[in-house]
Amino acid sequence: MSDVGPTRPAPVVTEDSAVFWDAARAGRLVAQRCRSCGRLHHPPRPMCPACHSIELEAHELSGNGTVYSYALLHYPQNPAFTYPVVAALVDLDEGVRMLSNLVGVEPERVAIGMEVEVTFEPTKDDGVVPLFRPRGQRS
Amino acid sequence: MTSTKPGMRRVAMVGAGMVPFGEHFDKGWDELVQRAFLAAVGSVDKGLDRREIEAGFIGACRPGLHGQQTQGGVSLSGTIGLLGMPASRIENGCPTGSETVRIGAMAVASRWHDLVLVVGYEKMRDATVEGLLGIALEGHPIHNRGETALNHFAPQARAHMETYGTTAEQMALVSVKNHANGSHDPYAHHKKPVTLDEVMASPLICDPLRLLDCCPQTDGAAAVLLAGEEVVDRYTDNPVWLWGAGNGTDTYWMHEKETLTSFPATKLAAERAYAMAGVGPTDIEMVELHDCFTIMEIISSEDLGLTEPGKGGQLVESGDTMIGGRLPINPSGGLLSKGHPLGASGVAQIVEIFWQLRGDVAAQDAARQVEFRRGLALQHNAGGKAISNSVVTIWGQDKP
Ligand SMILES: [Zn+2]
Repeated sequence: MSDVGPTRPAPVVTEDSAVFWDAARAGRLVAQRCRSCGRLHHPPRPMCPACHSIELEAHELSGNGTVYSYALLHYPQNPAFTYPVVAALVDLDEGVRMLSNLVGVEPERVAIGMEVEVTFEPTKDDGVVPLFRPRGQRS
Repeated sequence: MTSTKPGMRRVAMVGAGMVPFGEHFDKGWDELVQRAFLAAVGSVDKGLDRREIEAGFIGACRPGLHGQQTQGGVSLSGTIGLLGMPASRIENGCPTGSETVRIGAMAVASRWHDLVLVVGYEKMRDATVEGLLGIALEGHPIHNRGETALNHFAPQARAHMETYGTTAEQMALVSVKNHANGSHDPYAHHKKPVTLDEVMASPLICDPLRLLDCCPQTDGAAAVLLAGEEVVDRYTDNPVWLWGAGNGTDTYWMHEKETLTSFPATKLAAERAYAMAGVGPTDIEMVELHDCFTIMEIISSEDLGLTEPGKGGQLVESGDTMIGGRLPINPSGGLLSKGHPLGASGVAQIVEIFWQLRGDVAAQDAARQVEFRRGLALQHNAGGKAISNSVVTIWGQDKP
């Protein structure tokens, strides 16, 4: 961690997404589960898009998953990040997909199907975002 | 049309025109709209009393993002001096232009109006990259902060390469072909041909997509006039008929997509347009499709049924989709060369089809004119979070 502290912009927390960001601050990864049909959804929202139920709960995830696909962002560049940024779609083992960044890996080594696990990174203004890194790697 | 609802009537395009796409720093958005209007009205073979235009629809996707605070249908009726005319503004993501044509056609097919004007425009070059990025940072807190269009299409390119063995060279060949076509289009933004080596050596923007895999930011406007079958003869003996039109939607968000190697919204739109037209992919002789990035032409050619799933890369490699080939795709230069001013792009694709089916292209540059036998062309425009909305229209020389 550098002297200047985190440069990553803080998440914008909304009424429905607060459960996700609060969990991240506590070092946990959650998805929303519909109590009616049992499906997992991300991000949290007021209504299940599959069955329209409003009976929803936070469901803790293992944080383990695989890379579904990815892109290496070169341009345009935001000063808050080091490029190329690895943007990845991660299939969590529990059956829900998230868009995030991969860290702790050389961009040219990223591959579809790569096994990853969640890691948590602080942002400006005391936020925390869940990111992913190759599984089994020491932080 | 073989599959329309009772009471619907046939619709024809009786005029079409556009401004050359490019950088128009010296013109306001309203000046572009007026020029496109004048071009469309001026193209009507037997002339047109402008007061006969019963309604207008204007397509503009994100004028606020690019610094123009325009609102509503008066941005059309007031701009072209037809105040009082019923007018609406349509926004539908990147397929805004062709959706505006589809809605204009519905107004005519339903007999609500006899003659309808459709204009699409976008003036994108005024906005700075820094400004656009700043706005991107304000997006949805989880889904799309800091996103660019490439963040959507690059993972799809990667998935298509992984699943089907599609190569960077095949993607580059789309750029080579479309830039070659655009070099014969006086209305194209980038008229310079590019070589395979140049595409492959251009900088990576969002790996695996390179600079020359991407369409430019462009200013432009385009317009068409749609008439009901009973009044078509009043305007021209050489109309272009709408055979079918379809719109399809899919999830907005990348992580909810059922697949990254195909676009369900395009499949739905195509299915609906083919069903309405009563024709299939093998009947089509020319295509203008949404090649905002090279991978999009490859995947869309599959989703439109022009080749089998996974064979889009081989299709461009075969040369079949060049002008003079079995099925020319993007003879105008496509979005890659002609440019992609969002609200104008789909309308301009349809303008190209108007010119091609009437044989008007020969007078611009004979090398761009496609030869027809049956006289059927297909247009495809897609976007809104890669791809959450797709529009397909099918046009013919003959009355359906
Ligand atoms: Zn449910």
